[in-house]
Amino acid sequence: MATQQTQVLGRALLTPAVALLFIWMIVPLAMTVYFSTLHYSLLDAETWSFVGLENFRYFLTDPAFLTALRNTLVLVGSVLAITILLGTPLALLLDQQVVGRSIVRLMVIAPFFVMPTVSALVWKNLLMHPVSGLFAWVATLVGATPIDWFNDVPLFAVILIVAWQWLPFATLILLTALQSQDEEQKEAAEMDGASALSTFIYLTLPHLARPITVVILIETIFLLTVFAEIFVTTGGGPGLATTNIAFLIYTQALVQYDVGNASAGGLVAVVIANIVAFFLVRIVGRNLEA
Amino acid sequence: MARKVTARRVWMSTAAAWLFGFLIFLPILWMVLTSFKTELEAFSMPPKFLLFHWTTENYATVQERSDYFHHALNSIIIAGGSTLIAMIIAIPAAWSMAFAPTKRTKDVLLWMLSTKMMPSVGVLVPIYLIYRDFGLLDRRAGLVMILCLGNLPIVIWMLFTYFKEIPKDILEAARMDGATIGRELVYVLTPMAIPGLASTLLLNFILAWNEAFWTLNLSTLDAAPLTTFIASYSSPEGLFWAKLSAASTLAIAPIIILGWFTQRQLVRGLTFGAVK
Repeated sequence: MATQQTQVLGRALLTPAVALLFIWMIVPLAMTVYFSTLHYSLLDAETWSFVGLENFRYFLTDPAFLTALRNTLVLVGSVLAITILLGTPLALLLDQQVVGRSIVRLMVIAPFFVMPTVSALVWKNLLMHPVSGLFAWVATLVGATPIDWFNDVPLFAVILIVAWQWLPFATLILLTALQSQDEEQKEAAEMDGASALSTFIYLTLPHLARPITVVILIETIFLLTVFAEIFVTTGGGPGLATTNIAFLIYTQALVQYDVGNASAGGLVAVVIANIVAFFLVRIVGRNLEA
Repeated sequence: MARKVTARRVWMSTAAAWLFGFLIFLPILWMVLTSFKTELEAFSMPPKFLLFHWTTENYATVQERSDYFHHALNSIIIAGGSTLIAMIIAIPAAWSMAFAPTKRTKDVLLWMLSTKMMPSVGVLVPIYLIYRDFGLLDRRAGLVMILCLGNLPIVIWMLFTYFKEIPKDILEAARMDGATIGRELVYVLTPMAIPGLASTLLLNFILAWNEAFWTLNLSTLDAAPLTTFIASYSSPEGLFWAKLSAASTLAIAPIIILGWFTQRQLVRGLTFGAVK
């Protein structure tokens, strides 16, 4: 039972955090909403005018937006598919008896801690370079023509880099979940003559359903705004081939200095992220009850 | 018979696990190896794996050419400062929600989490303009502030989940014995909370160290942490592989090591306790 005194104290202790987060949430967002209704360019900051929803119409009908939206969806979808489809078997493997498991585990999770600018540059130059990269050498070993990654398959190249960074996250979460699985249940199934495959389908997979959902939602939140990897490797190009929504807004804001249009784009990004966040908050909220 | 099958299975899982582990780690390993090569050997085809002229020259050059330590110091100040301030604001908040919950506590927690869902790019324009007008662009204080706010929800959540696990019985026993809130804090709660505080601190330091969106957009030189510094190597004139590798190795080594120590907290921290 919390006393009156602790209640008052509790509220006082909570206030700074709530106030700060409230300001952090509301001020920039309100400004973004306001700017999104203006014709406002930093190159010509003296003349600005109210244009209503014009920026949204312009942003949403811009062919660059549709390309960026498609790239964003392809990037998020592909990275999710790769990290979960590879992360699940990898987690199952690491859940087995493996000699030197802790070392393997350290190797597997290391990419997650590599800062995005480093992983982008290392992949671009040391691995994917069409002449002196490690991949080019492997290609010549097997008699294939080396791929010029950032010219021929730029989006795929970015996807590979991002997937490499996020594979450890998926693996680690799924591994943690596997380790909390009921061993006795699995043993009982084995005694009853269940094959490894059916144990996986009927016991392990349902157990992994929730962690997989969590991985999908959290990765989506981060992957929707992938920025540094694109900034460092392709600069959104060639053309618009690797421009995602985050990068498109960045170019409009800090390259073309079009504040109005970038703000409209920013709000579109907020809406997309909130659709995902809605589901995440529900899942985590359910967890609070338990 | 059964033992024989098991031994074979262990051997097979071990081989497969080491193979995949090695493949995933290869880019990092390759970077570290390249950092000890001469520029000529870094480019050479076929690539040289171990039989090259090992040199530590690149590490010296990285510092000479562009003052690596200046940027490393920026990283430490920005990541450390933003994490510390976030902790100072978050500890009382998390304490209050864990130990004096009200009907609205759950809503407050979820609302805090939802502020983390706002994509940075959505508020890039106003933050950039505010920073420009207040002279905060390329200033460490500006980056400390923005990363602190960005981290705050995660810090509060992590601390909250740790505090909630501290058994209430112990607190009540202390209270029965006549402990005041102050004594209770110092002698009962703090010792039990220290592991949770430490891992929250570490994990958020790591996240802030690697944060790249705000650092790339709000810093150029003076306040540039290692993320921005490394990105400067992407310009054509900065293209020296061995030096890039040396700078990169220096930038990620401490954080990977910290990360290895905090891997368990990582799962809890980043999934907000939804996966155990």
